[in-house]
Amino acid sequence: MSVIRQGTIAACVLLLGVATASASDIASFEVVDGTIPQPLTDVAGDPVAGKQAVVDRKLGNCLACHTAADLANEPFHGEVGPPLDGVADRWDEATLRMIVVNPKMVYDGTIMPAFHRVEGLNLVMDKFAGKPILTAQQVEDVVAYLKTLSE
Amino acid sequence: MRNLPGIFVAGAAATAILATSGVLADQSNLPSIDGVELKTRAEAPKDHPLPEIISGFEFRTKETQALELDDFTNPGFLLVESGEETWSTAEGSAGKSCESCHGDAAESMKGVRAAMPKWNEAAGRPFTLENQINECRTEQMGADAWKWESDDMLAMTAYVGLQSRGMPVDVDIEAGDMMSWWEKGKDFYYTRFGQLDLACANCHEANYGNYIRADRLSQGQSNGFPTYRLKWQKMGSLHRRFKGCMDNIRAEAFKRGSDEFVALETYLAWRGEGLSVETPAVRN
Ligand code: HEC
Ligand code: HEC
Ligand code: HEC
Repeated sequence: MSVIRQGTIAACVLLLGVATASASDIASFEVVDGTIPQPLTDVAGDPVAGKQAVVDRKLGNCLACHTAADLANEPFHGEVGPPLDGVADRWDEATLRMIVVNPKMVYDGTIMPAFHRVEGLNLVMDKFAGKPILTAQQVEDVVAYLKTLSE
Repeated sequence: MRNLPGIFVAGAAATAILATSGVLADQSNLPSIDGVELKTRAEAPKDHPLPEIISGFEFRTKETQALELDDFTNPGFLLVESGEETWSTAEGSAGKSCESCHGDAAESMKGVRAAMPKWNEAAGRPFTLENQINECRTEQMGADAWKWESDDMLAMTAYVGLQSRGMPVDVDIEAGDMMSWWEKGKDFYYTRFGQLDLACANCHEANYGNYIRADRLSQGQSNGFPTYRLKWQKMGSLHRRFKGCMDNIRAEAFKRGSDEFVALETYLAWRGEGLSVETPAVRN
């Protein structure tokens, strides 16, 4: 398979996009051995809100690519990624947080989007420029929900 | 409607395709329309990025396929008929119709769509079918250019395209400077765009056959355009589809007819060489 790369096309557009990103949209965090041990916010993640964000097509839309038995009553689960069942057994919280924030740090070249990142993107639609897909609090909520998915 | 309990997982994708290909690749079983066979699978030449070249037709449901296989049920034929009418209608200051110069479209336009985009020496760039039609309108007929996504343009590209139905896509990327457009299109194809940071290849090369939400991913081939899309309730151009895919990954799409999209169209045509032209195809 050919290598899919971060593009150079329209690099100026890219730079503009990044320039307008307000730093406050992205929480500051420290990556330790490919994990993010510390929560991104002071407010503990809410698994109920997290479940909502996982399903919501305008937020996580995780079901575009994943299935999960816990969400069996939601229509149209994708099959691009592995089922989310049992992720809490496979990964600790720090790694789950890393996977949601930027899975490229865990899976090289993955199709899974980085949900809390704004730099290094190409030609982002104006209305989303400089904004991460999920806010820091939504990331914490999603991680809290993923932690409930044990088998 | 399906509610998938996780039968397929990533990696099983390839197996799933292989499992079905035994049936689908049966060459004696090719779909046909009024006796014209459609090659919906083509062997990939060596060094081609895909192991096998497969039309979007194969990834659609039996119901959607059936619509395409019968011209009476194919909703795209409404526009085809209007294109046929326009073909012989004089317009513009020269008082000419397409027919005045090109005669019977079934003769003169046979194979044209299969070879698009085509290098145009005078313009020094590849011409898509839309580019060529507008060139004839403005330079030969003294008529106004049609807008890319206008009913007039869709009708004419569908009518002209239909004259190639069943013929294999075969573009000349050696002509003129086609190679540099091909290269640019290829770059584009493998570049990640948008807030979701995805390349065309992430979905259409690495994941065809897999469901992404309710949609079964195809190879994103261009052989059926313009295509009647049930979701649009309308015929749409290839560039409209490009824009739709870019919108979905929250990327700022290029304009229809832009150099970027013409380059992409050039590259995609090459990726689909050997597939039958299906214009006007029906997709969901
Ligand atoms: C565009 C497709 C796509 C989307 C959307 C997506 N993922 Fe993924 N995800 C993947 C793929 C593919 C993998 C497997 C990693 C790989 O090989 O690239 C994965 C892996 C994972 C894993 C690790 C699974 C395991 O069993 O080890 C977790 C957890 C995960 N994703 C969570 C999420 C969450 C939460 C969301 C939504 C906020 C999400 N994903 C959205 C494609 C996607
Ligand atoms: C006055 C004559 C004239 C009229 C009227 C005219 N064309 Fe053309 N057309 C030409 C010529 C000459 C060429 C060849 C141009 C070239 O090869 O550079 C051509 C080429 C084409 C081609 C490309 C054929 C190929 O083999 O690639 C298409 C498609 C086409 N015309 C469509 C149309 C349509 C559709 C109309 C009506 C809207 C139309 N033309 C009206 C003279 C005309
Ligand atoms: C997030 C995944 C995704 C990405 C990225 C994507 N597409 Fe698509 N595309 C789809 C889906 C879903 C469809 C509808 C089902 C199908 O045919 O795959 C589609 C359909 C198409 C079709 C219509 C195929 C047919 O048979 O009618 C074309 C052409 C296409 N895409 C081209 C592209 C190009 C070019 C790019 C890159 C600019 C691209 N797509 C990026 C998901 C994607």
